Amino acid sequence: MRNYSVFDIIGPIMIGPSSSHTAGAARLAKVAATIAGNDIIRVEFLLHGSFSKTYKGHGTDKALVAGILNMEPWDENLKNSFEIAAEKEIEVIFTPADLGDVHPNTVKFIITKEDGSFTMVSGSSIGGGNILIFDIDNQAVEFTGERPTLLTHHRDLPGVISKISSVLYEENINIANMRVYRNEKGKMATMALETDSMITEDAMKRIRKIGEIDSVKFINPIVEGVI
Amino acid sequence: MFVSNGKELIEICNEKSIPIWEYSILEEIEKSECDRKTVIDRMRSALHVMMNSSTYAQDNSVRSVSGLIGGDAYKIKQYADRGKTLTGDFMNRAMARALSSSEVNASMGRIVACPTAGSCGILPAAVLSAGEKLDKTEEQLINALFTAAGVGIIIAKNATLAGAEGGCQAECGSAAAMASAAVVEMMGGSPEQALSAAAIVIKNVLGLVCDPVAGLVEVPCAKRNIAGTVSALTTADLVMSGVYSKIPFDEVVWAMYKVGRQLPSELRETALGGIAITPTALKYKKEIFKD
Repeated sequence: MRNYSVFDIIGPIMIGPSSSHTAGAARLAKVAATIAGNDIIRVEFLLHGSFSKTYKGHGTDKALVAGILNMEPWDENLKNSFEIAAEKEIEVIFTPADLGDVHPNTVKFIITKEDGSFTMVSGSSIGGGNILIFDIDNQAVEFTGERPTLLTHHRDLPGVISKISSVLYEENINIANMRVYRNEKGKMATMALETDSMITEDAMKRIRKIGEIDSVKFINPIVEGVI
Repeated sequence: MFVSNGKELIEICNEKSIPIWEYSILEEIEKSECDRKTVIDRMRSALHVMMNSSTYAQDNSVRSVSGLIGGDAYKIKQYADRGKTLTGDFMNRAMARALSSSEVNASMGRIVACPTAGSCGILPAAVLSAGEKLDKTEEQLINALFTAAGVGIIIAKNATLAGAEGGCQAECGSAAAMASAAVVEMMGGSPEQALSAAAIVIKNVLGLVCDPVAGLVEVPCAKRNIAGTVSALTTADLVMSGVYSKIPFDEVVWAMYKVGRQLPSELRETALGGIAITPTALKYKKEIFKD
């Protein structure tokens, strides 16, 4: 039996009309934008299943754009996201797509940045506003964004993970979950590591300095406190 | 860890001589490792959002994203203001509050899912209407939300709160059960009476299907929020008169879950059955999704 919080029942505070089609969509896009980083100039949203059929009626499109603009799922400006994106000259395109055997509420983000680079992120809105990111740049991953998450792209060599976990240990941050993914031994690997407490600035700085790490992202959980 | 069922909830509350809301606060403090003030202030945020969502569409005629619903909370308020209602000012204002939150939700405004977005009108309408009538303080209204949350946790643990899994009985039915229990504790009823009210409310909507027109959280959802609110409030009076549910809360929740599992998928949020496939509903759907 799950150990529910009262705020799982009275909550989330969100922009309607649907926790899965609106709040979850905003969360997915916010995480995707964090993974891509700054200077986004164009986003194509490939909408699968229920997302492709009902996105207009549920405001899924507005919620997705709001998330790209880094808005929270409870931001009342969410419904004006198209206008705000236009002001910031961010181009958005919605394309119905068949993404295969995935959850009915799934979206694939193809994000273009100012320097011409692409980031692709796929994720599903799995109910109650909760999400699951399952693919980044054609690399399978799995994390929910409910906890602070560290995402690395690093060389698959002995000792890299131990360097990261040492930093976390020294900063007194407990690891809740970690998974390492790689396509080929000794090449590049991806790690999604979830922690129990926020990852401190110092820890982030020290992890960024580890030589074998190509890139590292920190994704803070989207949790409403006192609004 | 929060107790597993209603029987244990009544036992522990009686043993400690505390209401359900106090037990829920104590458990949340332990689970979240936050202090009492932090936990209460987070619920205060929810209350403030509810106050706004349950009022806004009474004063402003809003339209849903699809254009299918809107403007009705405003109509009920005008009607109540004219003072010629059958069921009285209290009930009409409660109905207007319930519909207001549902209309705010459908028009992409800010709401609190309680327990879901589709049923977000019921708890605020019942608690705020009872609070106004009984002259309750903000702290007491916050406590009532903790009662509701405690009852919701028990339902979530033993059944489901999702329309896709259990039909509307699990969403609006649970919301109304939570609201009725909250109002009973606001009126000074015991934990046992609170769960008795929750049981009666669920029994009265057992089998209610989830059949949203065009798959949207609008028709018939918004008006089911009114029905849930009225049921929550009248059942609170029923229980406070001394009437009890003949079937215990835990067994009613079990039955609700069983019924939910027996519903075909067409009647669980897929928009493939019930009201959603009536000729008029299909006409609306065609109009909304034309490109």
